Parts: sequence; C-alpha cells; structure tokens
Amino acid sequence: MSISWRRRVVRWFSHPGSQAWTLLGPGMSWLIVFFLVPILIMLAYSFMPRGIYGGVDSGVTLEHYARFIDPLYLDVLQRTFLWSLACTVICLVLGYPVAYLIAGSGRWRHLLLLLVVLPFWTSFLVRTFALIFLLRDTGLINDWLLRLGLTHEPLIILYTPAAVMVGLVYGFLPLMILPVYASLEKLDASLLEAAEVLGARPSASFWRVTLPLSMPGVIAGSLLVFIPALGSFLTSDLLGGAKQMMIGNLVQNQFAAARNWPFGSAASFIVMVLVLVAVLIYLRIRGRGPAGTLP
Amino acid sequence: MNRRAPRWLLAVSGVVYAFLHLPLLILIVFSFNDSKFSVKWEGFTFRWYKRLLERPEILYGLKLSLLVGLTATLIATLLGTLLALALARHRFTGRRAIEAFLYLPIVTPEIVMGISLLILFVLLRLPLGFATITIAHVAFCISFVVLVVLARLQGMDQQLEEAAMTLGADEMATFWRITLPQLWPGIFAGALLAFTMSFDDFVITSFVSGSGSSTLPIVVYGMVRKTVEPSINAISTIILLVTALLIYLADRMVRRDAKGGSRGCDEAA
Repeated sequence: MSISWRRRVVRWFSHPGSQAWTLLGPGMSWLIVFFLVPILIMLAYSFMPRGIYGGVDSGVTLEHYARFIDPLYLDVLQRTFLWSLACTVICLVLGYPVAYLIAGSGRWRHLLLLLVVLPFWTSFLVRTFALIFLLRDTGLINDWLLRLGLTHEPLIILYTPAAVMVGLVYGFLPLMILPVYASLEKLDASLLEAAEVLGARPSASFWRVTLPLSMPGVIAGSLLVFIPALGSFLTSDLLGGAKQMMIGNLVQNQFAAARNWPFGSAASFIVMVLVLVAVLIYLRIRGRGPAGTLP
Repeated sequence: MNRRAPRWLLAVSGVVYAFLHLPLLILIVFSFNDSKFSVKWEGFTFRWYKRLLERPEILYGLKLSLLVGLTATLIATLLGTLLALALARHRFTGRRAIEAFLYLPIVTPEIVMGISLLILFVLLRLPLGFATITIAHVAFCISFVVLVVLARLQGMDQQLEEAAMTLGADEMATFWRITLPQLWPGIFAGALLAFTMSFDDFVITSFVSGSGSSTLPIVVYGMVRKTVEPSINAISTIILLVTALLIYLADRMVRRDAKGGSRGCDEAA
C-alpha cells in the first residue's frame, strides 16, 4: 500500500506537467481562495435580499441592480464615468509631451523615467494629503494668492470637483506616460528621417508618422488611467469631501455606514464589469499591433 | 527617436514634473516648519518628528505595518516566484489562461478586493486583525512579484542551464546553482515592490482591519480626516522617504538585470 503510494508520488514529480502544477499549486490556491472566491461570493450577495443586521437573507432578487435606475445613483454612475474620461483626456494631453521628451532624451532617459515612476509608487494617501496641504482654504496656494493680492478672500478649491480632478490626474498621470514612452521608444527613427528627406515639415511628420505609430501606447495608457480612475475612492473621499460621490464612495458607504451589503456588492460588481470591459478592449487592441508594455 | 526638443515641449514637461514632485517637496519642507497653523516659514524644527514618538497609535501602526509588510512580502515572494518559474520554464495545458488570471488582481479596483475579502472573512467568522490584513496583502502582491520575476527569467540566458544539464547536473542542482543565483535580483526587486505596496496600502486594509488593528496608513487617514497638522507632514515624510528608497533599490536591481541579461535596451542610448 505505502510502496505504491510512494511510487505514485515519484511518478507525479517526474512528469513535467505535474511538476509545473506543484509550482503553481500554492500561489494559485491562495489567489483562488482569497481573490476569486470572494469576488464570486460578492456577486452572489448582489442578487440576495438585504439582511436586517448587515448581512443577507436567502433568496434571489434583482432589486439592488434595479436601484441604479434611480436618478440619484444613475448620477453617481454618470459622474464616475465622465470624471474618469476627463481625467484620461487630461492625462493624455499632459503625459504625451513628457513621454515624447523622455523618448528623445538620450542619457537622461533613465533618470527622467525614474522621476515619473517614483511618485507613482509612493503612498497614494500621502500624495493626496500633499494636495490637501496645498489646496485647502488656509493652504499654501491661497496664502500666496492672498499675499500677492490676487484675491481678497481665500478661494474655495478643496472639496470641489476641480480638486478631485487635480487629485485623479496627479494620481494616475504616470500610468499614461509609461506606455506612451514605451511605444515612442520603439519607433523606428529611419521612418522620421524618410519623412524629412521627402520634405515633410516636423509638424507634418509628427501628425502623420509619430502619432499614428504611437497609438498603441496612447490606447494602453488611456485604459491604464481610465481603469483605476473608475474604481477610485480615496481621491473623491478626501479631496471631494465625500460631497460628490463616485461609485467607489457609494460602495464604501454601503459597507461602512448604510450597512446594505447586497447593494454595495451590486455597485462593486458594476465597477468590476466596467473595468473588465476596458481590459478586454485593451487586450484586443494589444493583440493587433506592437503595443506598449503593461507595467 | 533622438532629435532636439522644442522649447514648448521642455516647458510642458517642466510643468508636469513640477506638478508631480512639488507638492511632495513642499509637504516635506513644511514638516520642519516651526509653526502649528501657519503656512508661513517660521524657522526650522524637529519638534513634529519628536511629537510622533509621543503618540502610541502611530508607533503601534508603524509596528503593525512593518510586521504585516514583512510577513506578506515573504509569503507573496515565495508563491509569486514559484508561479513565475512554472510559467517561464514549463509547458502545460491552461498556461495562457493562468497567465491571464494572474493579471486580474492587478486590474481589479482595490475597493472591489477590499469588500469581497471583508465578506469572505465575515462569512468564515475570522476575527479581523493581523491575519486578515496579511492574507489580503499577499493576495494583491503575488501578481506583481510574478511580473517582476517572470521578466527576469525571460531575460536570462537559458543556455547556461542547458549547459549545466549537459554536463550532468540534475534538475535540482541546476536550479540551486545556476538558475537561482541569476534570478536573485528579480526576486529581490519583486519583494521590494511587494513590501512597498503592503506598507502603503490603505483602501483594502481599511476594510479588512478590525478596529483594534490599525496599520500606519489607517492611522494617517484618521489624522488627515480630522485636521491638518504638521505631525501629518512629519509622518508622511518618513513614509515617503522609506518607499522612495525601496523603489530606488528595486529599480537598481531591475537595471542590473538589464545590463547582465540580454535585454539591455535601456543602455542602448
């Protein structure tokens, strides 16, 4: 009995396929139990009636999804979508020139890239606080404006949609710069020389050669900004003062204050679906051409 | 791509770099300002840093963050490295599906991970605290470790491994004496990233930490919500410097990787 068991183990390990599964086993188990299963449970919750003490009751219902027809929540969805879109566009306009500069910067390239990556990896919370420090009524910007006599009373910047937009762009700009840089860096310089030799002015060769060839990076960057913007919560919470909710705040509210877990799960699942759609679009486009890298 | 940059391009880039870095620099400078309320410069002081030591919740948060960070990093790095080895060195059915699955935690919004884990922990009746925070942190760190280690594995010269095998080393000896020593920088960089993410995480932690177990970001969030005080600048400065150092080290590791391996594209210029 025990011999055959041991032989089976030996055979298992000598088979190349099963060796791979031994390596995969621990990590995949962790992700299945603590990532995939929780999301499936969350999905199930979103179809169940609300329990009295915060949990759920048994049964099946669509009421939580139906609530999104309510103008109040439709508004939240719409705002989340539009703000994420606006953030993406602003990041593109600001990020493209920077990526272009880095790609052509020779030996400074690595330093310039590091300076883009560094703030991205530092604490989101700390960076958001840095903006609060600047933007609040008695903050540095208002202090300067008052001292220069540009205004007579402090501008209210914090807790407005503008502050949230500044925070979103500040948070996600590096995600635009990196993939655009990656696609510009791969650009074949001889194509630009050809355009020049054939008499194209620099602006023409930019619009007709550089920009079209960097489109994969632009699309990748746009989605990489758009996706986390959709799910953002801290920015609108701290810089928007939770006055104008994005869907992340709605989810958090349902779990913290309102104790309506199934409704929160439904809202959360809607975010997840929006994100997955964006990812699928990204993968489709990436599959087609030589795209930027996924950071 | 190597042409002289027009002036407006430099100007726009300068503004963007200032936008990315000035708020943080100002935050750091004012952590040394000798005034509780004013944004005017009143002189240099270390008093806000000393004040931090008098607050037990900050010290507790720091201790918990370090403990969670180290534990989660250890587990995530081990599991992630094994996953990367399987993906880089083995052919098996479902390989592409698993690779795609590993990207999912990276794109999933933190808030979704946070609440779904909270639901799971409540269902399992696990008390919220050190264990649940660590479990959650491992879950969102694994994929990043896989990405970094996989990049290193793919950049490595496989001929060395083949040579070792030809010379009679078995798989185990080849792994310990050829693969692992070359892989080390990748593993180390992955671990540094994992630790940074764990140390910084607020959103997911806020859902899975009970009331008695606040990590440093949770404590800082509580302070930020209440008021703006120079102590927050001080603790933020410490967090910034620690994470910046770790990221710089990780970056150096990956760069060494690029020089040693065959993907020296950054050095071409």
